[in-house]
Amino acid sequence: MKDRLRRTMMFVPGNNPSMMADAYLYGPDSIMLDLEDSVTMAEKDAARLLVHNALKTIDYGNTEMVVRINPLNTPYGKKDVEAVVSAGVNVIRMPKTETAEEVKELEAEIIKVEERLGCVGRTQIMAAIESALGVINAYAIATASKRMMGIALGAEDYTASLKTPRTNEGTELLMARQTIVVASRAAGINCFDTVYSNLNDMDAFRREVEAIKALGFDGKSIINPRQIEVVNEVFAPKQKDIDKALAVVAAIKEAQAKGSGVISLNGKMVDKPVVIRAEHTIELAIASGILREEDL
Amino acid sequence: MILAEAKKMNKEVFNEKNLVKDGTQKMDALKKSPKLATLEEAIKKSGLKDGMTISFHHHFRGGDKVVNMVVDKLAEMGFKNLSLAASSLQDVHAPLIEHIKNGVITSISTSGLRGKLADEISRGLMDTPVVFRSHGGRGSAIATGELHIDVAFIGASSCDPMGNACGFSRSENAKSICGSLGYALPDAQYADKVVILTDDLVAYPNTPNSISERNVDFVVEVESVGDSSKIASGAIRDTKNPRDILLAQTAAKVIVNSGYFKEGFSIQTGSGGASLAAVKYIRQSMIDQNIHASFALGGITAHMVKLHEEGLIDRLIDVQSFDRVAAESIMNDPKHKEASANEYASADEPGSATHALDIVILSALEVDTEFNVNVLVGSDGIIRGAIGGHQDTAADSALSIIVCPLLRGRIPCVVDKVTTLITPGKSVDVVVTEYGIAVNPNRPEIAERLKAAGLNIVDINWLKDRALKTIGEPAALPFGDKVVGVVMNRDGSVLDVIKNIAE
Repeated sequence: MKDRLRRTMMFVPGNNPSMMADAYLYGPDSIMLDLEDSVTMAEKDAARLLVHNALKTIDYGNTEMVVRINPLNTPYGKKDVEAVVSAGVNVIRMPKTETAEEVKELEAEIIKVEERLGCVGRTQIMAAIESALGVINAYAIATASKRMMGIALGAEDYTASLKTPRTNEGTELLMARQTIVVASRAAGINCFDTVYSNLNDMDAFRREVEAIKALGFDGKSIINPRQIEVVNEVFAPKQKDIDKALAVVAAIKEAQAKGSGVISLNGKMVDKPVVIRAEHTIELAIASGILREEDL
Repeated sequence: MILAEAKKMNKEVFNEKNLVKDGTQKMDALKKSPKLATLEEAIKKSGLKDGMTISFHHHFRGGDKVVNMVVDKLAEMGFKNLSLAASSLQDVHAPLIEHIKNGVITSISTSGLRGKLADEISRGLMDTPVVFRSHGGRGSAIATGELHIDVAFIGASSCDPMGNACGFSRSENAKSICGSLGYALPDAQYADKVVILTDDLVAYPNTPNSISERNVDFVVEVESVGDSSKIASGAIRDTKNPRDILLAQTAAKVIVNSGYFKEGFSIQTGSGGASLAAVKYIRQSMIDQNIHASFALGGITAHMVKLHEEGLIDRLIDVQSFDRVAAESIMNDPKHKEASANEYASADEPGSATHALDIVILSALEVDTEFNVNVLVGSDGIIRGAIGGHQDTAADSALSIIVCPLLRGRIPCVVDKVTTLITPGKSVDVVVTEYGIAVNPNRPEIAERLKAAGLNIVDINWLKDRALKTIGEPAALPFGDKVVGVVMNRDGSVLDVIKNIAE
């Protein structure tokens, strides 16, 4: 499911059982269980086992399950792939991706496990781009595999690689953000913005979400359930857009009823992009609780 | 003639010798009030004897110094076999353990127990079971004489030499402010003798007063009645716990869509994180829908004071002030009324405020599949809570809502059968957990309204199964055969007993 709604991807440390059990209650679109930066070296094996069992036993409902693995060039990366693919994870997130070859290498590892399990093609990949080289290679990374679901910006490592500090204004991130949005759109996959860590400044967080939505991002990586409401509010469609989308959908139905391939609204022909946008608006409106499926 | 008439009336004839005229300036005379005494003098003059009942309130919460001070003194004076009737007892009362071992205190009645004292009692410290009553139940028991108090020891934040006492103080010397003295008012009214202990002896008249001099026999000035830092916190602090926020948002949605959220409704909420946060969301709905409450009841918090001052709640009825903002509001605002435990929640009084209550939000340690609630005994069999107004408000309100997480760590809160029955399921309408909302099958109309609003309504058995699926089947508790506590219902009947927990 490449085209599902992904406004919020919530990071949950892979060594915290109670947070892993509770995470889906807050309604993030995707949950990312982390085996990489939030787990110390000493706990890598224990966390891998926990995440494997969480994926197998906890009922996450319709939430998309993502696991961030350790890089394949560490002693943990391949074991992580084995553990999470065998547990049925939806998406593996590669950290610090810089080249298309790294994606292909991961895909090969995934295929080994999937072939053994008899489920080739089940696991999707997303890549976190966290360096200047990664940004330069964004399109190549986004198109490195048919399994690519999306690419995401990791701003902390990226700004370090630029030798500049991160600011609330985000001037230093502008080029990376735009590159990632354009690369993902060119590749036909999703794109996610980086985390915002200051939980005490929800106003600045909201401004950042508004800004990245305007740039074209599909969603935001988040670190706390309190951030979900803000992202969902910002991404909720405006009433006039919903009304317009509903009119487009009504026009589609009308055309189907007539057996006509041409959709027209107020005497004008409706183009394919308008239909896609209308469908996306309605999906967002339902997810935001503004519309109900049965009302359509 | 005068003598003849006096004899007919069985009276004496006036004698001028009996009229005493004192020209002392009154403000000086009042300082020598005959009621002023040391604690020891007051105890001696009160006529307290071995085997009698003494009482205390818990308005100073974890900061209380009165219980320990008085019982230490009684032990020193050689008293034995006393009954202690407290409105509640806390962690700070652990020194009572020694007094129980030495035979000074041989029976206890209270709303709750916590800390080391609760631990020891749960393990069988006392030969006589502790009697647990709700706040309304205690008020009724005192009023009917079922719980007779011989001497009440009442800590007060201010008092004048005649005994006019308050839970707040208008003097610069204010030390220990608690606000409402609601739980102490039945004691003041019905006890044979009343001793006020205060750390702020103010000039007569300390009016408006909570406790009137008419009900007071002795006034004892002490260094401190309570540690103010442990009595009440200063400012509103919103919870940042995501699960509390989720529970609060859900509880607020239940209220708004319950059918009871109408102009003039009344409400009581608790002081826990989720309860306080729920007030924030209810407030927004009141503003959005232009709905006002006639009164808020119970433990009053800074949140409720804020809504009152914004004009969203007309009156506050306050049996216990939960923080400093509430304590100051009750002193200054005539629409913020102090209520006794009887006026608050007595089952016998038609005019008690719970009888006029629409909506209450309550917490729980455990809820079972019959909607019975336990707020007193932990899932480890150790007493660790208080009945409070739980029974009273659940029974009298139009809509009672229990808010609790499905799991606390590895402890399930929705279970097959509660460890101890405190509030009968018949009086519990809705259970809000982070995994879904269960509605008592007795209230199908509420379930319908909540479903129509798009809320996630689940069967309570599903919640129990969900909890067990996550944590597994808990082992049975190792209870012994000794009864260590008896739980009273608010109507004076016996609901359940608590057995000792084996090591």
